[in-house]
Amino acid sequence: MDVTIIAQATEIDTGDTAWMLAASALVLMMTIALGLFYAGLVRSKNALNTFMMCVSAIGIAGLTWALIGYSLAFDGSGDLIGGLNYAGLHDVTFAPRDGTTIPHLVFFAFQATFCIITVALISGAVVERMRFGAWMVFAALWSVLVYSVLAHWGFGGGWLQEGGTLDFAGGIAVEMASGFSAVAAAVVVGTRRDYGRVGLLPHNSVLVLLGGGLLWFGWFGFNGGSGFGTGDASVLAFANTLLCPAAALFTWMVLDLIRGRKVTAVGAATAIIAGCVLITPAGGFVSPAWALVLGVVGAIPVYMVIVYRPRTGVDETLDVLAAHGVAGFLGILFIGFVAQQSWNGVSDGWFYGHIGQLGDQALAALATPLYAFGATFILLKAIEALMPLRGPERDESLGMDSIYHGEEAYPSGEGAILVTPEAGEEQPVPVAQP
Amino acid sequence: MKLVIGIVRPEKANDVLEALYRAEVRGISMSRVQGHGGELDRVETYRGSTVMVEVSDKVRFEIAVSDPFVDPTVNAICEGARTGEVGDGKIFVVPLESVVRIRTGETDEAAVTPVGA
Repeated sequence: MDVTIIAQATEIDTGDTAWMLAASALVLMMTIALGLFYAGLVRSKNALNTFMMCVSAIGIAGLTWALIGYSLAFDGSGDLIGGLNYAGLHDVTFAPRDGTTIPHLVFFAFQATFCIITVALISGAVVERMRFGAWMVFAALWSVLVYSVLAHWGFGGGWLQEGGTLDFAGGIAVEMASGFSAVAAAVVVGTRRDYGRVGLLPHNSVLVLLGGGLLWFGWFGFNGGSGFGTGDASVLAFANTLLCPAAALFTWMVLDLIRGRKVTAVGAATAIIAGCVLITPAGGFVSPAWALVLGVVGAIPVYMVIVYRPRTGVDETLDVLAAHGVAGFLGILFIGFVAQQSWNGVSDGWFYGHIGQLGDQALAALATPLYAFGATFILLKAIEALMPLRGPERDESLGMDSIYHGEEAYPSGEGAILVTPEAGEEQPVPVAQP
Repeated sequence: MKLVIGIVRPEKANDVLEALYRAEVRGISMSRVQGHGGELDRVETYRGSTVMVEVSDKVRFEIAVSDPFVDPTVNAICEGARTGEVGDGKIFVVPLESVVRIRTGETDEAAVTPVGA
């Protein structure tokens, strides 16, 4: 470790540490909330599989992050990628993380939950058709090859952060990364068999609202914790996480009324998420009044993308691009216009006299989608060369739950005969074959 | 007059509806049923309990038709529901004693003829 950094090291602050412990747990819960949200949006025969894609991200990205991902993202200030000094959590201990007042271990755990949910987010593009094994391989590789790289660029000391791009809580590494990777994943994996032929409806909109609401709850840890303490930036981000999604929700309801004369529940859940994403990069940099404006003006393009997307040939099933890619893109750019040094203590945006900030933001808004889409496309093509990404057509007809998990989300229990272990040895159970 | 009962895979129900529409067969009842034909059992495991699920979800079509429409209806269901795998379902054609259209009191042939046909 560099001697000068040791000299700058700060003291642990117990208040900051306490909040960051809670915030980390809140963000981990978001992955489960996302599972609820996604599971409600798919057909009942795929509900468990969809939920499991999110749950599996905790088991997969949690490991890759500890083994190598965290080091590549947060070790040193290489332009493109970090070093390997923290691989396997070497040197990640109780001492404060540089530039923060919290133990390095807490900082690591907080960042781990970000990597996990970002991996889980991409699953929205490939649900109801991707083989579970191929998903697990993809999740492991993506968390290292794409997430760690973009996390390093955005907030690990990489070229975007060093160049002056502001990203409070992950507009780059979480939102744009997942949104544009999702498009690549949808393109490579291909459309569902029934896409464009049959109406593919959410099977439980109550789960969708519950998931959306719990995501919002968790997002207070996500944004509120991204100041790594309880200082002004965290407080500002916390309040903005209330205001921006509320404004987005209101706007969405009005748009729904104008378009279909009915306010939809699935739309409301989507609006909450879009609002949270919009404020994610900007949370600690813009005033509460501008956060309200962001919720209103940001919701409109996201709404338009969601209305337009199903008319395309790209089955980006659960609209990760709209809710995360587009909203993250807008949030990153918004900072360039309305950041206020009087609020954030870091930099002004164009409206307050520093047009250069908009340039820095635009650079991130261009570079991130390019890397996320390109790297994900190549990664999935490489995996496809080694193993099939999808099962046969009849698997899709029967549903992923039964095929890949041997369980159903809603088993009736009727006609289910208990197979005792003893009987199983004498009469081999026929292999499930639809 | 016959009552045509078709039991098909749920995922083929839309294809059957489409085929019936093209064959100009109108007046259809659909219901979700569970049944077991010749398909192999699915094996599922919940917390260590392994079960064989013998019944599968199916969709049951019921269509009352006049005699000239029996073959087109049966053909349409076959065409829409067939995948070639075990478990595609069955069609039963049963004689129909009488039919009454509740709204008008029409009976038999007149009652199974769609409005406007």
